[in-house]
Amino acid sequence: MNDTIPGARVTGTIELDGENIYDRALDPVLLRARVGMVFQKPNPFPKSIYENVAYGPRIHGLAASKAELDEIVMSSLRRAGLFEEVKDRMSSPGTSLSGGQQQRLCIARAIAVNPEVILMDEPCSALDPIATARIEELIDELKQNFCIVIVTHSMQQAARVSQLTAFFHLGRLVEVGGTDEIFTNPKDRRTQDYITGRFG
Amino acid sequence: MNEHTVKKFDEELTGLKTKIAQMGGLAEEQLARAIDALIRHDIETADDIILTDDKIDALELEIEEKAILTIAKRQPMALDLREIMVSIRIASDLERIGDLAKNIAKRVHAIEQEHPRRIMTGLARMGRLALAQLKEVLDAYAQRNEAKALDVWRGDEEIDALYNSIFRELLTYMMEDPRNIGVCTHLLFGAKNLERIGDHATNIAENIYYLEHGTPLKDERPKKDTTSTTPVTSLGA
Repeated sequence: MNDTIPGARVTGTIELDGENIYDRALDPVLLRARVGMVFQKPNPFPKSIYENVAYGPRIHGLAASKAELDEIVMSSLRRAGLFEEVKDRMSSPGTSLSGGQQQRLCIARAIAVNPEVILMDEPCSALDPIATARIEELIDELKQNFCIVIVTHSMQQAARVSQLTAFFHLGRLVEVGGTDEIFTNPKDRRTQDYITGRFG
Repeated sequence: MNEHTVKKFDEELTGLKTKIAQMGGLAEEQLARAIDALIRHDIETADDIILTDDKIDALELEIEEKAILTIAKRQPMALDLREIMVSIRIASDLERIGDLAKNIAKRVHAIEQEHPRRIMTGLARMGRLALAQLKEVLDAYAQRNEAKALDVWRGDEEIDALYNSIFRELLTYMMEDPRNIGVCTHLLFGAKNLERIGDHATNIAENIYYLEHGTPLKDERPKKDTTSTTPVTSLGA
């Protein structure tokens, strides 16, 4: 994605299972199948609830039959904690759901292709506190099976949902460590200033 | 340390520090007057000390409320959170110190008449020492002076040693003349109170260390209070 931004420059490496993701030999399409993404604003496809979730497994050829695809859709919605709320209106448009439901639909869509990593970029910033709590509860359940990387500006959210925290400032990695340590006794002065609200 | 972007947060933290200073000052004063009242057998001052203790209790409540409100409003992290937790802990140590001073004042009533000064000298010395420790540790907190706090922490050994010698001394007076038993028992409790005050001062010192480092002080403090394990017969009367 960075390749499409003129003037963007990347230093350092990000490795997935020991492979540099910027390695030319790595197929970006396959990489995308291994990394699910959830964004700041819920962005369901302008399709039915069912199709939103079925899309990924279908194009990746993960289901051999309609029955199998149904099963993937249903279990993904269930794991995203949305199934009970939408089971009677699977053909309604995804965009007809509330914000929090849309975000959970996007999470269902992401986990339908069984990724190794789920990237969540500010997944709760457009949601109210109750919808936020449901997403956080979901993150807690999903972390049993997926590696979740969440980007958040909410210090409290980072402290609540994560086990490891990395602090980036102006595009640079300042400090990384156990969440308990980072929020109670950070090593770097800039981290301390940031989490205690001393950055102007 | 830089200021918070939200100035009000800084004001709240400073407010807590000021309240602790006020409470500490009051505890110091109460202790000084209690020791003095005991030695001079001053019932009027003793009664006043007993009444004034309510003010210390009220300050502890006030600090607790302020601290809880700040936690709820600001969700403090790291250093700020420690600052608030430590203020609650110090307030509780000071409250206990206030109670112990009050307890010393109450004994002025129990000791019915004036007694020879020599019986009191040990206690007076111990009182001065406990008071100095309390003053030092409160200064260390106000100035965030960790070295000073550690001095207090180590200095408690001296109070403990003095307590041991007073214990022995008072036992001797009791053996000399059974009519001394009443007054000496009260003085012994008074000395025990001073020894406990010394321990609270070291608690405060430990909290100053924690405030700075975010980890508890691990060293084992030298303990010299052996009175609970000393048999009376070994004093060889």
